[in-house]
Amino acid sequence: MDVGQRLTDQNFPESPEKATLEGKNKFLGFWLFLGGETVLFATLFGTYLGLRNSFGKGPEASEIFQLPIVFIATMILLTSSLTSVYAVLALKENRVKAMRGWFFVTLLLGVAFLGLEIYEFVHYVHEGHTFTSGAFGSAFYTLVGFHGGHVLFGVLWIAALLVRNSGRGLTLYNSPKYYLFALYWHFVDVVWVFIFTVVYLMGKVG
Amino acid sequence: MSNAHAANKSVLWDWLTTVDHKKIGILYLISGGFFFLVGGLEALLIRIQLMGPEMTFLTGDLYNQVLTMHGTTMIFLAAMPIIFAFMNAVVPLQIGARDVAFPFLNSLGFWLFFFGGVLLNLSWFLGGAPDAGWTAYAPLSTQSSGHGVDFYVLGLQISGAGTLMGGINFLVTIINMRAPGMTFMRMPLFTWTAFVTSGLILFAFPALTIGFFLLMFDRIFEANFFDANMGGNAIIWEHIFWIFGHPEVYILILPAFGIISEVVATFAKKRLFGYSAMVFATVLIGFLGFMVWAHHMFTVGLGPVANSIFAVATMAIAIPTGVKIFNWIFTMWGGRNRFTTANLFSVGFIPTFVMGGVTGVMLAAAPADYQYHDSYFVVAHFHYVIVGGLILGLFSGLYYWYPRMFGVMLNETLGKWNFWTFFIGFHLTFFPQHFLGLMGMPRRYFTYPEEFQLGSLNFISTIGAIGMTVGTIIFVINIIVTHAKGEKVSGDPWDGRTLEWAMPNPTPHYNFLQTPLVRGLDALWIEKMAGNKGMTPAEPIGDIHMPNNSILPFVMSLGFFIAGLGFIYINTAGLPALIAVIGGIGIGLVCMFLRSWIDDHGYHIHKEDLLKENKGVDA
Amino acid sequence: MLGLMGCGNPQLSALQPQGKGASALFDLMILSLAIMVVVLVVVFILFGYVLVKFRERKGDDTIPEQVEGNHMLEVLWTAIPIVLLLVLAVPTVMTTFDLAVSEKSAEESKDASGDKEGPMTINVTAHQYWWEFEYPDQGVITSQELYLPVDERVNVNLSSADVIHSFWIPTISGKMDTNPGDKLENKMWLHPEKVGTFQGACAELCGDSHALMYFKVKVLEKEEFDAWIESMKNTKYDDAPSQVAEGQKIFENNCLSCHAVGDKGGNVGPALTGFADNEKVAGILEHNKDNIKDWINNPQDIKPGNNMPDFNFNEQQLDALADYLLELKTAE
Repeated sequence: MDVGQRLTDQNFPESPEKATLEGKNKFLGFWLFLGGETVLFATLFGTYLGLRNSFGKGPEASEIFQLPIVFIATMILLTSSLTSVYAVLALKENRVKAMRGWFFVTLLLGVAFLGLEIYEFVHYVHEGHTFTSGAFGSAFYTLVGFHGGHVLFGVLWIAALLVRNSGRGLTLYNSPKYYLFALYWHFVDVVWVFIFTVVYLMGKVG
Repeated sequence: MSNAHAANKSVLWDWLTTVDHKKIGILYLISGGFFFLVGGLEALLIRIQLMGPEMTFLTGDLYNQVLTMHGTTMIFLAAMPIIFAFMNAVVPLQIGARDVAFPFLNSLGFWLFFFGGVLLNLSWFLGGAPDAGWTAYAPLSTQSSGHGVDFYVLGLQISGAGTLMGGINFLVTIINMRAPGMTFMRMPLFTWTAFVTSGLILFAFPALTIGFFLLMFDRIFEANFFDANMGGNAIIWEHIFWIFGHPEVYILILPAFGIISEVVATFAKKRLFGYSAMVFATVLIGFLGFMVWAHHMFTVGLGPVANSIFAVATMAIAIPTGVKIFNWIFTMWGGRNRFTTANLFSVGFIPTFVMGGVTGVMLAAAPADYQYHDSYFVVAHFHYVIVGGLILGLFSGLYYWYPRMFGVMLNETLGKWNFWTFFIGFHLTFFPQHFLGLMGMPRRYFTYPEEFQLGSLNFISTIGAIGMTVGTIIFVINIIVTHAKGEKVSGDPWDGRTLEWAMPNPTPHYNFLQTPLVRGLDALWIEKMAGNKGMTPAEPIGDIHMPNNSILPFVMSLGFFIAGLGFIYINTAGLPALIAVIGGIGIGLVCMFLRSWIDDHGYHIHKEDLLKENKGVDA
Repeated sequence: MLGLMGCGNPQLSALQPQGKGASALFDLMILSLAIMVVVLVVVFILFGYVLVKFRERKGDDTIPEQVEGNHMLEVLWTAIPIVLLLVLAVPTVMTTFDLAVSEKSAEESKDASGDKEGPMTINVTAHQYWWEFEYPDQGVITSQELYLPVDERVNVNLSSADVIHSFWIPTISGKMDTNPGDKLENKMWLHPEKVGTFQGACAELCGDSHALMYFKVKVLEKEEFDAWIESMKNTKYDDAPSQVAEGQKIFENNCLSCHAVGDKGGNVGPALTGFADNEKVAGILEHNKDNIKDWINNPQDIKPGNNMPDFNFNEQQLDALADYLLELKTAE
């Protein structure tokens, strides 16, 4: 069967994302990539933990962190993880419309999260907590900014996928792509849970 | 679609767009070899300056630039790519695969490495090279004036991204693409070491990626990670660097272990002694490699508890390493050892590496390291393991696999001259350095006063370096002579044991006409002993699926190269630099987008064409 | 192995220990070397035997037996190294703790010496490319030459004013890094056992003149050391003898803001109290008038990248300055 051919309910494999060797390779390779990403964020977290009380000329963490807005951002991101799960469930059952719908909701939630994060950063900068105000500032914006960059990349990725495949059904060629995006999105979400705990909660407690 | 690869484009275009692992292997080899010569020249300059006391040939900042570039070039731009050259050239063949898992990524990895290396070396022509040592300890590296360290950070960042891709690619290739019957415990040892090395790359390089970002942010965007006045902490860099840096040492040496295991067994005409112990030792070394980074930091002041733990953990590595040494000796034991050049390098490796290993254990004794650390004793130690270990291994691999990679065999007479000059030169260079260190010569010193009595040993060391230079020149001559003659050899010139020798010469671009069926360790040898002419195929001849060539990896890497240049000058060149950053990243993103947007299903070589091509060849 | 002893310059070589730290390290080095030599001998004998015995002979085309392995042997060469490493690991850990400065070890040394005050403390601050030594309890600051009493333990606090350096006196003890920032101050102890002059060096790449960042260590008898401390304490910045008054004037206008003499002056550059008694100029040049002039005239040629500016003094001014500096003795 041609990998570019639209799958029908009759020939739909159990796991379309892993039905070809290319799909299997992508699946495994992406998991490994996420392993590398884990080290990447672990290094950032380690650096942040080493510097989180070195405020330099900037304000202290407990003075500036706004938990309510961060809590809303957290909820948005967690929800977006859930919607991407629904999307993958739809993918596994060849319900193309539902899948695209759920991914679209995921995209919107990602954009909303980014909006909140930008608002939050602008607020901090006004408070004197900047990238150059001290070691804490550098570490904070680098860690949280790296995560934000990942969210932005994810948003662009799913947008490109949805536009490219509009009007096309699931194939053995594009289902791994959808699936990997969902994996990526979960990863980004898990990282955020750690950021919420390590940066915001621990920062507020002091 | 089978005309997609039609070769009516130029040769240059073919090399720029190739996604064939065999060609990418050659690209890695040529660029790595070139950087090896550059790094070697830098080493020679260092040795000339240190030939006698109070010389003024190369001093101060310029000396620091040369020593930094020597280390950086040799590790990142010579050793790593040559290892990748062998992994590309050999691993897919050894496991009976048609290609690597991600041919496009493979090409991208190479071009990123290549442009990163070019970017780093451009610093020589653009105001001076990095001068803070290959370890780039902050705050020396953050305070270093000029753009040298910026080139270091951006150049290595780009080439490191390529390395990471290579690592993931080979992990997936080895896990997913083994031929039928090729179980993990039947994989040749080189494939095993490539596997573990790729795993180490995956988990070590991201730490360095972050380290480079932090250093870049401190230097270019005025962040304060390492600035004590603003609450920063310089030791964080050391931790990050060595969390990457120590696994990196094993990333380098494990493939050399693999090469030695292949070569020694082949030329002893014996199966590798204690294969499963060898595999276990490889995995264990890889694992322990992540537990010992702080032994590079015994003098940093981590306290006696940390120092003790890391000292003992480091000593533990000696055990699996020792297992390997004995297994090699006992592979040769009772064998019919033929000392070809390839085997000479492998056999020369064994005692040399043992010497580097024992000084490693001595260094692991944390308090004794208070004396050895940052002295010439350490310089001697790591050159014993990296040159005496890795480089001898790479030479061995090169002589061994040259017929596979290029279809011709390197000249044996010149090869033996190559070995003996290089080998003797090596020991002459580095053995005296142990004593120089103990006698109080710190490393990275561009001079020493006459009264310290360090002159004669330094002189001997420089003579040795000339010997190594002669060896390398002979090697280059050997390559030229060999290709000028161009005598083709058969596909199996060494009476090989593993799958990469089970195909005709030159290697068809689809590798195996029929995927072979593997029936045990040393798959080809088993068939030979059973009286078969070649491998038993695991499938009938059929259409072969191949990936399309692509220029995108080249263009994408070029984009990041331009962006890197822009970042380096962003604070001094203003608008043009900003345009370079945005334009360069833009090019990269557009390439990514195109890759994602354009469906690329590859093409098939049809059965009829295969049959035509292989007429007369045993199928 | 014994040949190792007595190697190199006795002021510099780690193979000729003159202090308790260096002796402990030397013992550990010899122990590890001895164990390793045993390993080397075993491996080399096996290796040599194989090379000679099992080379390919002409006309021999038998296929060797394809041995898979040997459990007995493999267990043996796993177990024996473990034992050897344990033999090394125990003294390693013990020495690591012995050499560290902890509250407990400070107590012990107090008891041992019967000295109620405990060991003297010296603050070492590394600069690009010179060393500052402060005796905080005595109120004495000197540079480039470290004075120590013999047979006495001294605690050293190490820090850096700029980049990371490493403080190393191979004959007296191992090295330790000097890190920038208060949080990263390091502690070690020195215990010289022999009177004499020894060589110290910077062991961590610190910039252009890393190779020129030497310092001298003068180990004195206790009484002499106390006398030196006294005279340093009593040295004041006062009017120089008339024949060098001109030099003092130049010094006061150009140099004093960075270099301290006695109770006056800045601390950006090395303190020059007692400079006339120094062994070296700038830590590396022979101590004589020509070299002093040369140094003042071309600091960037002699130690590239250091922070001393070029003043463009004329010959006459250089002469006067050098004469003045050569009069900078400590109080009687």
